[in-house]
Amino acid sequence: MTPLWDWNFAGEIIPALLNGLRVTLIATVLGSIIAFALGLVLAVLGRGPRPVRIVVRAIVEFVRSTPLLVQVYFLFFVLPAFGVVLSALTVGILALGVHYATYTSEVYRAGIDAVPRGQWEAATALSLPTTRVWTGVVLPQAIPRVLPALGNYVISMFKETPLLIGIGVLDIVGQAREVGGQSFRYVEAYTLAGLLFLLLSYPASMAVRRLERRRAVR
Amino acid sequence: MPSADLPSGEPMIVFDGVEKRFGDNVVLSELNFTVAPGEHVCLIGPSGSGKTTILRLLMTLEKVDRGSISVGGKSLSHMEKGGKLVPADDKHCREVRKHIGMVFQQFNLFPNMTVRGNLIEAPTRVLGLSKEEATARAQELLDLVGLGDRMDAHPTQLSGGQQRVAIARALAMRPDVLLLDEVTSALDPELVAGVLKLLRDIGSTTDITFLCVTHEMGFARDFSDRVMMFDGGRVIEDAAPEKLFTEPGHERTQAFLQAVVER
Repeated sequence: MTPLWDWNFAGEIIPALLNGLRVTLIATVLGSIIAFALGLVLAVLGRGPRPVRIVVRAIVEFVRSTPLLVQVYFLFFVLPAFGVVLSALTVGILALGVHYATYTSEVYRAGIDAVPRGQWEAATALSLPTTRVWTGVVLPQAIPRVLPALGNYVISMFKETPLLIGIGVLDIVGQAREVGGQSFRYVEAYTLAGLLFLLLSYPASMAVRRLERRRAVR
Repeated sequence: MPSADLPSGEPMIVFDGVEKRFGDNVVLSELNFTVAPGEHVCLIGPSGSGKTTILRLLMTLEKVDRGSISVGGKSLSHMEKGGKLVPADDKHCREVRKHIGMVFQQFNLFPNMTVRGNLIEAPTRVLGLSKEEATARAQELLDLVGLGDRMDAHPTQLSGGQQRVAIARALAMRPDVLLLDEVTSALDPELVAGVLKLLRDIGSTTDITFLCVTHEMGFARDFSDRVMMFDGGRVIEDAAPEKLFTEPGHERTQAFLQAVVER
């Protein structure tokens, strides 16, 4: 009988899993960049004139109320019908970025709301141009407050990348499924995949917690 | 007078039939008054009588519901476009506001900037001064307010000096009009006299037009050329301080002064 855990096999599949890790990290990093940038745009537009606000609200609610997996499938299978053919990884990054942007926009909004009204008024009293009020006064005060919350969404996105297997992206879990399927040995593959996630998300959570504490002390 | 475009004899500030409501609550009604260039006017009266609203209307932090306000001969609510008067847009408001400075009760310094940043922000971004010019101006003003060595401090490190920096920040724009909104109310008692002295010095060495909301009757008495007593959104007495403080013409003024003195 073969043992439940085969160290040799575990060693053999590590390069493949690390390959998957690379894909997972690419998706997380690029997805986060989109989520941070687009979320900020949505948050700022969300304080614009009423019609703009309504449109932004509708987009945010729509994206948040539908599952990420549906959005991933939609982009991957429906966009080609409109002549837009993107690689699976690109679609995955876009979907993660847009989906999480609706969450980060709420985080930014809370941070912006926390900037005292007096700051806006002082900026107005000095006649600062609107763009400068945002970039020089409001956002530099709002963003540091919300960094821990943004960090949590990065970790959460990192753990959701396996959803992209659905369109053939070989992330950590995708690779685990591949190597497991080839040898019918799943214990090593999925255990190591889980460990890889743990190894990265645990220290990241710790870092976010430290950031939270530092902000609380201030 | 810095506002060279103001014809002589013209008032610096004009309130013409101004009404301001918050919902059903009428904060100011049928308010008419003018302030001459260089004049120092103090607004006194009980809380909620509409004094602060006047400053906020001048700073376009609030909009008038009826009537009009002009500063330096320019309307705050309307502008001329193609020979017609149309509602003022953002750009017009900013243009008029450039000549008005405001110091707030809660200082409202930008905590994400150093003192230098606070002082040079608007002169560089709004007036187009170079960093060097703005820094030189900032240094001059910090010396004036007695904090010449705190250029690189953060606002939070200035125990007690924040309002002085806020005053310097407002002056850095070389305003024609300076609005002071209860600027000593949030200060520790031992700091009040120093800030009031500073304001007296600025008042006596510049030709800035001052409009101050204050509960410091001593200051109102010796700083202002005119004191306006507010109650229920109306000016109930408008007189020289010598007159208003010694022989108030209205019993509300009398009662108010009595209450403040007995505080």
